[in-house]
Amino acid sequence: MDITELTVHELQDKLKKKELTVTQITKAYVDRINEKEKDVQAFVTVLTDEAMKQAQDIEEKINRGENKGEFEGIPIGIKDNMCTKGVKTTCSSKMLENFVSPYDATVIEKLNNENLINLGKLNMDEFAMGGSTEHSYFHNTFNPWNLNKVPGGSSGGSAAAVAANLVPWSLGSDTGGSIRQPASFCGVVGLKPTYGLVSRYGLVAFASSLDQIGPITKDVYDSAMLLNIIAGHDERDTTSANIEKKDYVKALKNDVKGLKIGIPKEFYGEGVEPDVEAKLKEAIEKYKELGAEVEEFSLDVAEYSLAAYYIVACAEASSNLGRFDGVRYTYRPKEVNGLWDLYKKARSEAFGDEVKRRIILGTYVLSSGYYDAYYKKAQKVRTLVMKEFDKAFEKYDVIITPTSPTVAFDIGGKIDDPLSMYKSDICTVSVNIAGLPGISIPCGVDSKGMPIGMQIIGNKFQEETILNAAYTYEQATKFRENYKPKC
Amino acid sequence: MQVSKEELLHIANLAKLELKDSEVEDYLKNLDNILEFSKIINNASTENLDITIGANEAKNVFRKDEVKVFEDNEDLLQNAPVKENNMFKVPKIL
Repeated sequence: MDITELTVHELQDKLKKKELTVTQITKAYVDRINEKEKDVQAFVTVLTDEAMKQAQDIEEKINRGENKGEFEGIPIGIKDNMCTKGVKTTCSSKMLENFVSPYDATVIEKLNNENLINLGKLNMDEFAMGGSTEHSYFHNTFNPWNLNKVPGGSSGGSAAAVAANLVPWSLGSDTGGSIRQPASFCGVVGLKPTYGLVSRYGLVAFASSLDQIGPITKDVYDSAMLLNIIAGHDERDTTSANIEKKDYVKALKNDVKGLKIGIPKEFYGEGVEPDVEAKLKEAIEKYKELGAEVEEFSLDVAEYSLAAYYIVACAEASSNLGRFDGVRYTYRPKEVNGLWDLYKKARSEAFGDEVKRRIILGTYVLSSGYYDAYYKKAQKVRTLVMKEFDKAFEKYDVIITPTSPTVAFDIGGKIDDPLSMYKSDICTVSVNIAGLPGISIPCGVDSKGMPIGMQIIGNKFQEETILNAAYTYEQATKFRENYKPKC
Repeated sequence: MQVSKEELLHIANLAKLELKDSEVEDYLKNLDNILEFSKIINNASTENLDITIGANEAKNVFRKDEVKVFEDNEDLLQNAPVKENNMFKVPKIL
């Protein structure tokens, strides 16, 4: 048995039956990282020594009969934009190359309360800006299904690490598709929760009104379990939703009879790769077989959302990234001529091209003369998109689209054409614009064996509905049993 | 071109960024492409619609204004690129 092939719920079963120990599990992942990380390069910071030490401590505790939590001793990997006390949090940027957070993000506190073991911090596009992880200051991450392809982004390290069995599950963050698109490219499950369900405290901000943390996992059951751990109100995040705590695992009924599924026709056709479209159609047929009611409808928001997204996200980023001034966050240029020069040199030397591009775009759309035409108009478009989704959810329980119009593209394929990179977010951004939950699950592979993702969108705080829809499809099709990454 | 070189440099200056001469052309081209694409939002009919600032319904979130002392000064200062006597040091500004 290869321990690293197992899902977290399978690991839990084996721990319970005493077929495996906590140190055996962590050791299996440490060995796997030592063997495969050189090919995949999913990590910025590897914490294998610390993880082994922690596993031994937990095992001793368990042997003394002090074991309490059901997740005690389960390893995890964390996207490198969530603050972890005592461990570097770099956002894959030169600006934060040596930054060590003095506190833990709320999600990290929650993982620590359950005694999960952090295997390391995972690579990403710098400050979560990008769709391929090629904008990391440190190195590329490679897609475990084909090492010449990107893993997607910005949570590319988080998705590639799960796909390559370097971690059993991970946390990513999603501002315009950054959990779902890499999950799709790497053949794993990625959930972006409703805005406000998971605290953003300690998540380095990119676009505060869109950012959300969520799980990347091998299967839907694990996704529901990890959401159980991280969801919940937090007074340190004023946008955190104060709603009743739910058990998302209980929502997995393996039954979609009578589920009303809307298929927005604008998300199919032009620009969508034929193999992607074909697999989505097959998946939709499968839902019909399983007893769901499927109907095509018009939801003409994809392109408006994409344009509004880049305006709003860049505007917010230009403000959020103002704090990186060369004074407080580790990077300081060598010779400066006064304070203004310090700011300019620090930012020009330590931000990458894509980050600068977005700060400039954001500053432009917020500047006098352009504010109304771009920023204010984009905020109104946001209202429009929300209203269109509201209308759709009067008729349907879930909406199904491709997660990405394409499978994973070649490394270097889009790096010189930012607009074409932005357009690969076309199916995912409207979900962030409207603050909705969305999950990407694999629904097959293309003719070259690269995984294809299906996105299931739900109404606000209806994670139970999309998780059950995803779970039911997954149980009926068993993607993981039929397809495996090469790496 | 929607954006002139002067305008780009002005915006970069506002954002406290310095662009090298060799970078200016690329930034201009990319900014122009993205702004051109963004014009599509003008086709969206948003008459009588309010703006949306956040994904949550706008409301004030209050908490008690209580002082909480953060004890780990050293943890904070380890991120100071230059420090002196337990403080972040900056260049002379006057």
